[in-house]
Amino acid sequence: MTQNSKENFLSKYRNMLKEKGLFGMLRDITVHSQVWKSVFRHTFADTPKNRMLKVVSNVFMHLHPAKVKRHAPQLKYTWCMGGISFFLFLVLTFTGVLLMFYYRPTVHDAYWDIKDLEYQVPFGAILRNLHRWSAHLMVITVWFHMFRVFATGSYKPPREFNWCVGVVLLVLTLLLSFTGYLLTWDQLGFWAVTVGTNMARSTPLLGHEGPFGEQLGMTAHNDIRFALLGGSLVGGNALLRAYVWHCIGLPLMISIFMMVHFWRVRKDGGISGPL
Amino acid sequence: MLEATKKTELSVDRRRILLAAGWSCIGIFTATLLSAIARFFFPRTIIEPPTRYKVGFPSQYPVGVSERFKKQFRIWIVREVDRIYVIEAKCTHLGCTPNWLAAEGKFKCPCHGSGFTPDGINIEGPAPRPLERFKVALDADGQIIVDEATRFRGDRGEWEKAGAFLKV
Repeated sequence: MTQNSKENFLSKYRNMLKEKGLFGMLRDITVHSQVWKSVFRHTFADTPKNRMLKVVSNVFMHLHPAKVKRHAPQLKYTWCMGGISFFLFLVLTFTGVLLMFYYRPTVHDAYWDIKDLEYQVPFGAILRNLHRWSAHLMVITVWFHMFRVFATGSYKPPREFNWCVGVVLLVLTLLLSFTGYLLTWDQLGFWAVTVGTNMARSTPLLGHEGPFGEQLGMTAHNDIRFALLGGSLVGGNALLRAYVWHCIGLPLMISIFMMVHFWRVRKDGGISGPL
Repeated sequence: MLEATKKTELSVDRRRILLAAGWSCIGIFTATLLSAIARFFFPRTIIEPPTRYKVGFPSQYPVGVSERFKKQFRIWIVREVDRIYVIEAKCTHLGCTPNWLAAEGKFKCPCHGSGFTPDGINIEGPAPRPLERFKVALDADGQIIVDEATRFRGDRGEWEKAGAFLKV
């Protein structure tokens, strides 16, 4: 750099500092840097085009509509139950991943690991209780969401497909709740899952006590309940299976269905109101 | 002209066959994969308590319901005047473990309140049928041997079958 250009370079920032102050200058330097512009490819002038670009140029936001009608997200109409359910899902994912650092899904350790989380691990009690209460709440908010959608007639064409996706999400939510129940490996969860999986015995064709199950050669060692438990009773295999379904299988499935659900909300005419 | 038409028809035919063959391969592959995954969920070896075990000599059981092996094997050994049989301690409603209430002379399930007589007949609550019994036999050394692989259901009239009880 020559002496001359160096002075120009410095005077540019001197002027910026004079005009906009320190934070204004830093902000300008940041948003005009190539790094920033490579991430955000639009400016922030408040124009209709930029408002739209903020949504559609962001992978996390683009499932969301670029424009929402003013009446659509009214609390008294939607109760925000879908949004709260999704928020709770995020809380559960976050706290759940943290819990996994201390929890071992074995008959020997599971119960005591949860005791440790409650009494030994720093912030473990609040973490575990956040997970537990969020889970209870999510089941409630999902039902309320369903009730609201029903009450406002939002299941009617062209939204009937999304209602069905929602029913799948409801079932997955309940399955997540159910599989999580066993993981504490206490009397309550153990017997709840014993009773719950005993119902699987009565599955038509696939359960050994269900209609036509016995005629098809189903026994306690080859029916659908056996596949769920990894055995003929609720034991170590069942605990491990509940854990894998709870932490990996079901969250993956519910994430995929949620993406479809949110996308279709937008495609089917927005979150509420007439089409 | 005629030949050209023929050729076109031929190539379309071949294309359809290849298409069908291709999709069949994908279909067979997917079906194989899915059935392998389904089979994967049924373990070959499971570590569970034994289903055949000895529970002592008939002379050790006075008339009445014995809770001696309830904790270990989840069974009651019941001695009537002339016979011994083994009841599985598992409610026929949803599979909880009932309690033996000696004072009231009945089995009572804590989950949903099903009750059973000492011989396992359902008398109250939601249980749809009597408690099930396991096969019993005498081993060479004179001990009672229980075999959980064979069950006897009272609602099917199987309690009088050979193996459902020991004559004493």
